[in-house]
Amino acid sequence: MSLTEAPPAPPAQPEEPRKLTLRKPSTRKRLIPYWLLLPGILWLLVFFALPLVYQASTSVQTGSLEQGFEVTWHFQTYVDALRDYYPQFIRSLLYAGTATILCLLLGYPLAYLIAFKAGRWRNLVLVLVIAPFFTSFLIRTLAWKTILADGGAVVDVLNTLHVLDVTSWLGWTESNRVLATPMAVVCGLTYNFLPFMILPLYTSLERIDGRLHEAAGDLYATPATTFRKVTFPLSMPGVVSGTLLTFIPASGDYVNAELLGSTDTKMVGSVIQSQFLRVLDYPTAAALSFILMAIVLLMVTFYIRRSGTEDLV
Amino acid sequence: MTQQQTAGGDVRLVGISKTYGSFTAVQPLDLTVPQGSFFALLGASGCGKTTTLRMIAGLEEATTGTVYLGGKDITDLPPYKRPVNTVFQSYALFPHLDITENVAFGLRRRGIKSVKKQVDDMLELVQLGDFARRKPHQLSGGQQQRVAVARALINHPQVLLLDEPLGALDLKLRRQMQLELKRIQTEVGITFVHVTHDQEEAMTMADTVAVMNGGRVEQLGAPADLYENPRTTFVANFLGTSNLIAGEIVSTGEDLVVAAGGGKLTLPRERCSAPTTSGGRLLLGIRPEKISLAHADDADDIAAGCNRVTGRITDSSFIGVSTQYVVESPAGTALQVYEQNIERDSRLTPGAEVVLHWNPAHTFGLDAAQDIDAGATSVEDAE
Repeated sequence: MSLTEAPPAPPAQPEEPRKLTLRKPSTRKRLIPYWLLLPGILWLLVFFALPLVYQASTSVQTGSLEQGFEVTWHFQTYVDALRDYYPQFIRSLLYAGTATILCLLLGYPLAYLIAFKAGRWRNLVLVLVIAPFFTSFLIRTLAWKTILADGGAVVDVLNTLHVLDVTSWLGWTESNRVLATPMAVVCGLTYNFLPFMILPLYTSLERIDGRLHEAAGDLYATPATTFRKVTFPLSMPGVVSGTLLTFIPASGDYVNAELLGSTDTKMVGSVIQSQFLRVLDYPTAAALSFILMAIVLLMVTFYIRRSGTEDLV
Repeated sequence: MTQQQTAGGDVRLVGISKTYGSFTAVQPLDLTVPQGSFFALLGASGCGKTTTLRMIAGLEEATTGTVYLGGKDITDLPPYKRPVNTVFQSYALFPHLDITENVAFGLRRRGIKSVKKQVDDMLELVQLGDFARRKPHQLSGGQQQRVAVARALINHPQVLLLDEPLGALDLKLRRQMQLELKRIQTEVGITFVHVTHDQEEAMTMADTVAVMNGGRVEQLGAPADLYENPRTTFVANFLGTSNLIAGEIVSTGEDLVVAAGGGKLTLPRERCSAPTTSGGRLLLGIRPEKISLAHADDADDIAAGCNRVTGRITDSSFIGVSTQYVVESPAGTALQVYEQNIERDSRLTPGAEVVLHWNPAHTFGLDAAQDIDAGATSVEDAE
């Protein structure tokens, strides 16, 4: 291209188009993106930011429902809440963490199959993955109560296989029942949040160019190595978003613990719920919420930093 | 062909074929690629050339037949056990690994720990030394292409397979990379099997070209030989341009005399690939650049013994180095003639009566029982 010399342009010509490009876009046009943002910003302001501020102020109030609450900057509530309910916090993180890992172990192979092997069944299987959402969350969880019920088929089978002997020794179940034990709660959490794991995993696996698998095979990688060195690293964005979408709501969940667990399996969500709605100790409930939020935020930040997925997406 | 002859790093395909359901992508095919050669599989899209390549790589399972590499049967080996490497059409670089790790991938998989020196040398060979720590998406198309070549070559494969490696590059870069690849091939001496739909690319780079059409190899040979002596209409039309004139053999001897378009044309008998019985039909072929144009008034100056066809210019276009004429004549409605722009005859404009003449030795003969237009649609149109 450098060899061809353009004929000298007539001198008057360039002036015209330049004026056009220099003209500022009208103020109205420049503001359009902001106008489009406005509804979302208002929504977040009214339904997220304001309640958050309100909660924050509640958490440092003292008083009672009868006499009314007053902001007294009583930070002791946080200390007390943490002291009284740390077992529930630990349990929440433990249950949510276990459920997240189970979701990953169950969801990854399924997402992999949908993305690479399902062929024309792909859409059908995807619909099946989200099919549980057609039923209410509560009903689905209640169904698990029946599935895991004492004397039910699941318990019978586990009993016959002596699985319950092992799990009860580990403290996950009782020797003859599954319902109202930690395992029941973790099962419920795993089941309820599985689609939130599968869908992001599927999206990121599906985006992987199939030719990369061929290239890895061509470069002496066995199928197992190809998965370890190519497929899995490339699916990290899905793993990260899937685990976040599972872990964060699971750690604040209380429905599973309420319906499938017992008083010994209470999660922090149950405590917050009962403080708000039954004990009516609003400051403690608000403080608990903030502590949970802080813990999750810290863990997530640390996790995202560690998994180093920034330049993958 | 005996086993001894194909020892070394030869690729030998014996009766290899591929069918998908009822569709046959590659007809049973025998092909030998000698070690150290630059071999091109040339054809329009869907002719089975890529499928053939993928069967050598092991990425596609052959329906029938055997793939030998250096005398060893590798038909049932998975790709990761074959000593061949591929440069993929879209390069298929690993986006999460930097250039060094992309290039080192094959070495690491074979358990080689100290890869640095080899990777540096290889990046030097493809002139990408400064880009070692970049990610593939930070490189231009031509650079990515060279990384793909480096990633494959570093493993010292017995055969390097190139699947339309230049297809994604613009014309100028493509020309540059063609020379680059040729240089690398000469330097490392590895067998290259190159798949392309670009006949110019195949002819510039390869020692041997196999022209494929409809899952078959139409003709195989050195580029110049294919161009000068096409044996089918497809090869004649697909490689460059040919004027094909239908005629009837009137006398056989040292030279064949063929009645075509109201006149008589001769061609050497050995340049005819069709049966040469008197009275048989024949297609005469002549390349446009071999034809000279004379204005009808100068017809007497044409040397005796030349093949002549009279006609009228219907179109002419000035290309720079040459002028391309389309001539209407009884022998064919659109004969192509390329004239070098040495001394332009100003009378040769559309509408002018002209005499086309050429040395009979440049004429080739083809079997008339073929589609005269096979391969004539340009590749761009076919895709």
